[in-house]
Amino acid sequence: MDHERKNRPLTSRHLLGLEGLAAEEIKTILDASEAMKEILDRPIKKVPTLRGVTVVNLFFEASTRTRISFELAEKRLSADLVNFTKIGSSVSKGETLLDTARNIEAMRVEVVVIRHQSPGAPGFLADRLHSVVINAGDGAHEHPTQALLDMLTLRQKFGDLKGLRVAILGDISHSRVAMSNVYGLKAMGAEVMLCGPPTLMPRNIDALGVKVSYKVDEAIAWADALNVLRLQLERQQSALLPSLREYALTFGITLQRLGKAKRTPVILHPGPINRGVEIESAVADSDASVILDQVTNGVAVRMAVLVLLSAPEVLM
Amino acid sequence: MESYILPDRLCLKNARLIDPALNLDQVGDLLLERGIITSVGSVSASGNTLSWNLNGAIICPGFFDLHVHLREPGNEVAETIRSGQESAAAGGFTAVAAMPNTTPPLDQAGVVRWVIEQASFFPVSVYPVAAITRGRKGEELTEMVELRQSGAIAFSDDGSWVLSAEVMRRALEYSLLVDAPIISHAEEPTLSKGGQMHEGEMSTRLGLPGLPRISEDVATLRDLMLAEYTGGRLHLAHVSTSGALAALEAAQARGVKVSGEATPHHLVLTDGAVVGYDTSTKMKPPLREAEDASSLWKAIKSGVIAAIATDHAPHTSEDKEVPYDEASFGALGLETAVALLWDHGVGKGLLDPFEMVRRFCHGPRAIVGLPIPALKEGAPVELTVFHPDEEWQVDKTRFYSKSVNSPFVGWKLTGRPWGILKGQRWAGRVEPKF
Repeated sequence: MDHERKNRPLTSRHLLGLEGLAAEEIKTILDASEAMKEILDRPIKKVPTLRGVTVVNLFFEASTRTRISFELAEKRLSADLVNFTKIGSSVSKGETLLDTARNIEAMRVEVVVIRHQSPGAPGFLADRLHSVVINAGDGAHEHPTQALLDMLTLRQKFGDLKGLRVAILGDISHSRVAMSNVYGLKAMGAEVMLCGPPTLMPRNIDALGVKVSYKVDEAIAWADALNVLRLQLERQQSALLPSLREYALTFGITLQRLGKAKRTPVILHPGPINRGVEIESAVADSDASVILDQVTNGVAVRMAVLVLLSAPEVLM
Repeated sequence: MESYILPDRLCLKNARLIDPALNLDQVGDLLLERGIITSVGSVSASGNTLSWNLNGAIICPGFFDLHVHLREPGNEVAETIRSGQESAAAGGFTAVAAMPNTTPPLDQAGVVRWVIEQASFFPVSVYPVAAITRGRKGEELTEMVELRQSGAIAFSDDGSWVLSAEVMRRALEYSLLVDAPIISHAEEPTLSKGGQMHEGEMSTRLGLPGLPRISEDVATLRDLMLAEYTGGRLHLAHVSTSGALAALEAAQARGVKVSGEATPHHLVLTDGAVVGYDTSTKMKPPLREAEDASSLWKAIKSGVIAAIATDHAPHTSEDKEVPYDEASFGALGLETAVALLWDHGVGKGLLDPFEMVRRFCHGPRAIVGLPIPALKEGAPVELTVFHPDEEWQVDKTRFYSKSVNSPFVGWKLTGRPWGILKGQRWAGRVEPKF
């Protein structure tokens, strides 16, 4: 990849998070995603754009959806890809992230997609590698491609993100999806409300310029769209929640609850769904739900990010 | 670093002599004869006197760091007693108090005596702090009387809070036998469990689990109440929150026998320094907020906090060059403390030079009852030398410590320690010229 690095469409060489990204950069990614989506509608869903580019998918944490989505995106673009998961790799034998990074560097890989339980792990790699690094989720820090696909889905539904009211519901304090959505949506001029139990609301979250509510009915009445987060089922073990049952009764999104509002908001969910906990099946499968659109958009967004970071001249 | 034996008669010329206890701050000379100060002010050197022109460097009574981790025995890769002493000399400290969280811990007289013996080959004095409880487990008291007789100057389970209020109560009571303070690492562990940095806007942004201020505040309040009830002497290590400071000040006003220390990093840095996930910014207590730092400066100025202590905590690169939440807690402190306080304290008008010298020299020694050096005729030589105008950049390849985990690497500072004079010896980063 000896192309000119000047006039890049994105300021950073990497995608570590959405914090600090300008509206123009996010718009560039979303526009490119639309172009990629068109490829996905073709009978032969493959283009040669990243031929000769090697991508390693480093997944230190269990993930099905995001990993498959990245893999598909890479395959659609004709990249060579290598999957590296924690189970069965040398990581379980005690290799440090630093040594993993050095090995990747020695193997001359162009793009690294990383999912890691430690916040900042993608930046740790970016500081030490010549490769492009894409964050596929780091602890409770950021999950930028998820927020981008959420925004793409919302833009398709509403036309514009400016002034849109988006409520994010659930376990905010452990959610990288919430954080990336806050940064991205705020940059695009949307209004954001975070709603969940006080025990799952991170400290000083209001400093990010969001509304905070503990009442789900308030969020439903206010929002144009609800992004319902997955509840990690182990939260009740650490005094954060008394029971899943009480969470479902207090915060679960049901048709009955939605029926109380004047209009039904669009329903998003990053998946995988705990049916009957944070969202009931009737809502997840209803006309208001765009959950499967999100999945399709996920592949398009990841294709766009891969192209913009590793072969931007194609789109310029 | 080697130490230098000084000539029998040495005149230090053209120095700024500062001793707040004597209300002394003047440019002049100092005559040293075989480890004793024999003349202060204007010295007319006779033929057989060697002299060293200090070009305006400050000479003051020797600084004492009440809180360092020397890692020996047990983790000699990170630091040894000798490398820690060299780091102290390079930082301008004539003496340090060594914390007991070594392997084995300093919970038996034999280990305490061994540390003192190991330290006897270099001019920086090492005063061991022994553990409060056996194995630092918070259950059974150590043999404090024997430990005190063996040279321990205080007792601490540093790194762990004594969880049982009953054990802490008995430790404070029993310590009345030995006239030494019980040092508390105030951290209520159920509130701080899993935490990686100060809980607040920054931890939220960085996605790191928080170490909430109430963990320190709750622990501090309990220990203050126990000290008040028992009459034992309590010292609060590395106070970092405005809440703990307010509690300390109120307790002192009620006559509770309690003192406190603050670290340079809690004075100069805030949790904003964690952005970028530099693991050198990871320590306990964590870097707090600007409001806390500002309360700390006021408490240092007023004397509510009587000592600046570095909590020098060396860690190997294996323990630090990892993702933030996997890294060990702790940062180096000995070699940057004096410059940070001079530049960011005195330089910004937050402290005057007398106050700075008191917090580095007199305050910490009073807490543990050590004799205080002075710049007067007849006093034994125990002096710190630093140049107030020397500009330098903190360079991680030039630490005397065996570790490099300083959050100040790359910082440009004004004022630089040269070294120490102790008895008839010089040790420091500058070679003596006479």
